[in-house]
Amino acid sequence: MEYIEPYATGAEATTRVKIRKNRGNFFYFLFILSTVIAVMFLSILLISIIDDVFGWAVLVDERPLSTLVEDAESVKDLSREQLIHLSTEHISKGILRRIEYENPLENRSDSDLIALVEQYVIEPSVLRTWGLWDSITRKGEVEQFALEHEGAYLSFRSWITPHFLQASQSSNPLIAGIRTAFLGSMWILLVTFLFSFPFGIGAAIYLQEYAPKNRLTNIMQLNIFNLSAVPSIIYGLLGLAFFVRVLEPVTSGAVFTHISSTVANGRTILSGGLTLGLLVLPIIIINTQEAIKAVPDSLRMSSYGVGATKWQTIWHHVLPASFSRILTGTILALSRALGETAPLVVIGASTFISVDPTGVFSKFTTLPIQIYQWSARPQGAYRSIAAGAIIVLLVLLLLINSSAIYMRERLNRKKRLEA
Amino acid sequence: MKNTVPHPYGKRIRLHETVIESLLFLFALMSVMITVGIVVILFKESMLFFSSDEVTLSQFLFGTKWQPMIGQFGVLPLLNSTITTSLIAMLVALPLGLSVAIYLSEYATAKTKSIVKPILEILAGIPTIVYGYFALTFMTPLLRSIFGEEVVQMYNTASAGIVIGILILPLVATMAEDAISAVPKELRLASHALGSTVAETTFHIVLPAALSGLSATFLLALSRAIGETMVVALAAGAGPKLTFNPFEGAETITGYIVRISGGDVSYNSVDYTSIFALGLMLFIITFTLNLISRSISAKYHMEYE
Repeated sequence: MEYIEPYATGAEATTRVKIRKNRGNFFYFLFILSTVIAVMFLSILLISIIDDVFGWAVLVDERPLSTLVEDAESVKDLSREQLIHLSTEHISKGILRRIEYENPLENRSDSDLIALVEQYVIEPSVLRTWGLWDSITRKGEVEQFALEHEGAYLSFRSWITPHFLQASQSSNPLIAGIRTAFLGSMWILLVTFLFSFPFGIGAAIYLQEYAPKNRLTNIMQLNIFNLSAVPSIIYGLLGLAFFVRVLEPVTSGAVFTHISSTVANGRTILSGGLTLGLLVLPIIIINTQEAIKAVPDSLRMSSYGVGATKWQTIWHHVLPASFSRILTGTILALSRALGETAPLVVIGASTFISVDPTGVFSKFTTLPIQIYQWSARPQGAYRSIAAGAIIVLLVLLLLINSSAIYMRERLNRKKRLEA
Repeated sequence: MKNTVPHPYGKRIRLHETVIESLLFLFALMSVMITVGIVVILFKESMLFFSSDEVTLSQFLFGTKWQPMIGQFGVLPLLNSTITTSLIAMLVALPLGLSVAIYLSEYATAKTKSIVKPILEILAGIPTIVYGYFALTFMTPLLRSIFGEEVVQMYNTASAGIVIGILILPLVATMAEDAISAVPKELRLASHALGSTVAETTFHIVLPAALSGLSATFLLALSRAIGETMVVALAAGAGPKLTFNPFEGAETITGYIVRISGGDVSYNSVDYTSIFALGLMLFIITFTLNLISRSISAKYHMEYE
């Protein structure tokens, strides 16, 4: 800001004061405007994602129902016999054998058969999708598009459906679901937690309670702060070279079972979980240190005073007193792991996986990876299911974080009652 | 012979206490081992990369073409687009973040603070892949409708840069607010007593006093922007290209690493070792920035405490 010579008299002084006041107000509004813009970013982000989840889709059927069965309005009106007949008639041999192998057609429920016929016989595919806003304001354009394409029809869709939540990954966006990715995320999170929680808390206890004030401690502390700011993709490279390659016999499970080492592949849940474990370790250490720091020294002194040893003091007094904060800090760190994409893509999780993970040696995909893959495709329908998966991920994060806050409040209240 | 009479002049050595302490020490040492592991692995694989016939260090640092197919490994195109996206991000995040920080610490009432701060926290907690999706499906179409579809390509560094700016905005705002709040109240009061307006006090007194903290913020935010991956992987385009036009697509260092490792690379290929050489470069840049930022902020904490 330009400096204004403050000394003046009479009318001159009044004008200068006025100018300075106006300038002050100008900046005041500038600052408010910036804050409003920052807040607006969040709402635009959320609105644009929700906008993509609902809207018109123009579909076209591979084999329209009217050509298969005369005067049938909808698949739901067909009898059981008709459904089975259609299935055996039109589904290709290989797929039919796989379906029969899973569960014979005769034993399947009506709704199951309807889903089969819709998926494999009628085979709808998406030509184009519109967001919610465009669906409402530009309905004419949408209808025009549908008319221009032969056999195309309109369908107003919500891309998040119960089916979307339950179905496994598929190359067809209409039937693809996020179960595989969701389970993958949960498994990864479990490994990450089991690895980073004990190590993180142990390291924090050492640094806060035991560590002498010397060079090594200083280096450790500085190093932890630095690690927490290392780009996550670097951890991915570490995981790729160390867990996936060097420790391949362990992370692929070859040591524990008799898979021959030629098919062993280290790109497993174990590798992914450990990589993310390293990533969140510094965050957990820092959060736990803060929690332990908040425990008043008088508690430690009175424990020593009645003759407790150092470890007894830590185990019976310091840890219980700081436990709720430690837990909150850990959960927040884990929610970071849940949203992390780059390191997992780097260790090579992004191949097409449609089988549910069964243990730590399974190959996997996670929600963020699924979002990445779907978003990277140019077709609109994939964008829509990517938006659906984002909503699921955000809701999951919201639940986790609010449960952390709830737990902290509850534990705090309990402690206050006991005191 | 357990539990004999304690030694009258000293502490009795309890075995399990010592064991626990050493164990915890090992846990703490592991964080150092992570850094060592990162450095060792990045160096080891980079050595392999530089020892292969197709690559020389000078060509790597000063080459203007990155085309592994024909044995061209010049890092400049990748580095250039990393710098472009980061600069755009800083242009968005710094003025906005600083203004938000000033508003929160100098003007806002407690009630406004209690609304704005959680919103910033939510913004900071949203996974980066979501920002990537946002860049691709919202920011790019927006830029294309403003500047024209012929000018702005489908994938471009401008869109990625702006969204990274939004992504690091909460970091800038919170860190800058901490730095500004650390300035003692007496300085402000003295300035007000001399008749300055709040804005004048902010610009002439508070900001200069908070300068070291603000520069720490700047460096850390820059390091975040340089290391950001998913936004550029989705929105900045695939294919290294030396261009200064932010509306053209150009792959960044992180974008390249993700694309190459996302496909099935065979170990021991130049492609595989090249991502480690790039990783090493990224690590050195960000680690240096973090270190400087850390030492600056350690200093200003001492100044006022």
